[in-house]
Amino acid sequence: MPGSDQSRPEVRLGRRYRFSASHRLHAEQLSAERNREVFGKCNNPFGHGHDYVMEITLAGELDPAAGRLVPLDMLDHFIRRVWLDQVDRRNLNLDLAEFAALVPTTENLALVAARRLAEAWPHWFGARPARLEKVRIWETPRNIFEVFVSSLETQENSRNEIVIESRRQGS
Amino acid sequence: MLLTRRIEFSASHVCRRPDWSEAENRALYGEEASPRGHGHNFVLEVTLEGEPDPVTGMVVDLKAVKTILEQEVVEPMDHRHLNAEVPPFDRTVPTTENLAVEIWRRLEPRFRGSPARIHAVRLYETEDLYVEYAGL
Repeated sequence: MPGSDQSRPEVRLGRRYRFSASHRLHAEQLSAERNREVFGKCNNPFGHGHDYVMEITLAGELDPAAGRLVPLDMLDHFIRRVWLDQVDRRNLNLDLAEFAALVPTTENLALVAARRLAEAWPHWFGARPARLEKVRIWETPRNIFEVFVSSLETQENSRNEIVIESRRQGS
Repeated sequence: MLLTRRIEFSASHVCRRPDWSEAENRALYGEEASPRGHGHNFVLEVTLEGEPDPVTGMVVDLKAVKTILEQEVVEPMDHRHLNAEVPPFDRTVPTTENLAVEIWRRLEPRFRGSPARIHAVRLYETEDLYVEYAGL
């Protein structure tokens, strides 16, 4: 029953982090002219940068006697090791393997962050009741992108289907 | 539809369990376990759910909402030491998680029978940390 002292309330915890990185939006599959049309200023060959803000949301059943979903020092350490150390003051196109063949839009950046964090999560927090639910990235205060970890598998499947489909068409 | 009202209160707290060692407390609560306490400017967002009245165009009287939030949260908690002055935190640890759940428990009955049902509370301890609870 909700509200009884014995219950373990289902709470969400949001924590915000910051990193600064550069990127260039350019798709190899498109002509130079088409790249300029699609990406505009973001296609500048020298790249440009942003002060990104990333918010992660955890969800889980709270043990009221402890009152803490996960130790925040451990959460901060996890995010630093798995994400911030890889992206802060980096060039996303050159420094992240995923972007060798993928445009580092903030849509894709949010997906890459969610995949990397979700993959590493069980090694750090597998014994705890908290699960990683969502990754939200502000590219600027006006452009915000959000990925639910539960949707990653579906997106992975549909992406594979698209790849298979384009191979079929190409053959 | 949903509508959200935001209020602020400032309070001090200590996050530590008397039945745990210093090392156990530090491992779970970090600096929040400092024994003499510290304070935050908490920001509370209360989200209500309802439909606008066809005549007034309002879901709920926001003055009445403000009064409830002041009675249940601001008056008992603002400029207080949560562990020492705000039950049940003489017995349970006033983490942001427990505080969000306690605020929900105080507010939820006040909106029963009101045109707006309480949907969720989100409590910011700092701008980089919040806890949300929706009564489950």
